[in-house]
Amino acid sequence: MPLSKDEVRHVAMLARLGLEPGDEDFYADQLSGILEHIDRLQQVDTDDIPPTAQVVEIASRLRDDEPRPSLTQEEALANAPASVDGFFRVPAIQEET
Amino acid sequence: MSDDLTALTIKDASRLLRLGTISAADLVAAHVERIERVDPHVKAYLRFTPELWEKQADEADRKIRQGDAPPLAGIPLAVKDVLCVRGVETTAGSQILKGFRPPYTGTAVGRLFEAGAVMLGVTNCDEFAMGSSTENSGYFPTRNPWDLERVPGGSSGGSAAAVAAGEAMIALGTDTGGSIRQPAALCGVVGMKPTYGRVSRYGLIAFASSLDQVGPFARSVDDAAITLALMSGYDPLDATSSDRPGMEVLNNSEGGVRGMRLGVPREYYDVKGIEPGVKAAIDAALFILRREGAEIVDISLPHTDYGLAAYYIIAPAECSSNLARFDGVRYGLSEVDAPNITDEYLQTRRKGFGTEVRRRVMLGTYALSSGYYDAYYLKAQKVRTLIKRDFDDAFKKCDAIVSATSPTVAFPIGAKTQDPLSMYLCDVLTLGGNLAGLPGISVPCGTSEGLPVGLQVLGPQWGESVVLRVARAYEAASEMRAEVAAVV
Repeated sequence: MPLSKDEVRHVAMLARLGLEPGDEDFYADQLSGILEHIDRLQQVDTDDIPPTAQVVEIASRLRDDEPRPSLTQEEALANAPASVDGFFRVPAIQEET
Repeated sequence: MSDDLTALTIKDASRLLRLGTISAADLVAAHVERIERVDPHVKAYLRFTPELWEKQADEADRKIRQGDAPPLAGIPLAVKDVLCVRGVETTAGSQILKGFRPPYTGTAVGRLFEAGAVMLGVTNCDEFAMGSSTENSGYFPTRNPWDLERVPGGSSGGSAAAVAAGEAMIALGTDTGGSIRQPAALCGVVGMKPTYGRVSRYGLIAFASSLDQVGPFARSVDDAAITLALMSGYDPLDATSSDRPGMEVLNNSEGGVRGMRLGVPREYYDVKGIEPGVKAAIDAALFILRREGAEIVDISLPHTDYGLAAYYIIAPAECSSNLARFDGVRYGLSEVDAPNITDEYLQTRRKGFGTEVRRRVMLGTYALSSGYYDAYYLKAQKVRTLIKRDFDDAFKKCDAIVSATSPTVAFPIGAKTQDPLSMYLCDVLTLGGNLAGLPGISVPCGTSEGLPVGLQVLGPQWGESVVLRVARAYEAASEMRAEVAAVV
């Protein structure tokens, strides 16, 4: 199933990927080619076949919920592109009223 | 002298270290000298870690003098740029993480440090481990040490090339669809992907969490085995890590192949696009294994033709979710001065991600989006079940599966970059092992057109010792050794 330029724009927005001029045609073309190959999955009869999300039978073991040392505020912020007063700084999310 | 030291295996280096013939500092110096000579051509490393190698070599020498040297004391190690090391810039081969210095060390690397390994540097890879040639690195492509005009494979191409060029004795990589085994094959070294859950993924920058595993590169099966054993085992920081003892991978792995049944899947043997020279090398390997007493069994993996399609839904879906964390807020590149938060995300991710990563994030987002989830993601997970069952059935007829690792030898730089599907097909013989969670190894098995060919051995889940037994028997009988490429 070919992917239209509108669908590329929609998917890019869902994934918060900015597009540049020419990107829509480029990705519509390439993703359509890949999806054409992927469409062969529809030939497989999967009625009554359960999906596999975790391939190894390990019961996920959760560790005990006990306090343990973690990052200091300074360490947690050390890689932050911008911080202020011990917080991560981001552009305004709400407009001032 | 120094070239001799950069061609050693762990066993030989450890003996010389314990005899006092050489020191860990000598071993590091020889590797640094070798790197200075060949890495400008190979470009296996993204960055070097002199503070670590000095400190770790000192400590190794001290422990050796005291007579309580750990098993990897003084062994030079390279680490793929997706494994966090405290304070060492770790970028997943991506511009979006440029400058990121993890505040902690991942479990697999940490365990090798405890075992005495000496870290030389961080190796190049495809961005977020997405690729089969290391050309998708956000920094520069790595070259194949056997032919500098060709790719080393990928995504762990820097680690494979470093070991092949004598720039490290062992290296760590990660394998999501073949990213250890395929570059090992193309560079003529040993590379092993363990069973899903064998090695903790804590501190691994995630690509596809249900498929990713950490594993070793080495120049002998023994070296790969001991490195894997030392980093395996339960880790409270990864809920999917198994509590099986790591050392069990070494059990009975020296017994030879006499009486073993080795399955050759007909879909792999005659896979589309397999080069005649690769096929001839595999035939010769099968002859040797039969001569050593193995029974070669014709088997079938009927859903092989659907593996790539299932993989290219599941892996991109998981990656689109995992890579949502790169939002320009907590680390890495950021367009924090954008007018609003949505523009900040759009611009940060536009600038930070390369073409292949964007392609996969979009593909995965599409497959998970409203209206397409059942047709793509759920369908792919059901086909994954069928692929897993194919392997379950196969292992009723054989103890291990053997095939080529890659249908082709190393290809020229640029040959596949315009056609993503042709690049994806590089992993057609390896990605089934990831979908089914199996352990697999690639060992050198001769050359085609003067370039290395790899033999893949796959085992049942938790069957690392079976895989290693076949690989070791082949290595011994064939006298095929992973050699160090001259480069210059």
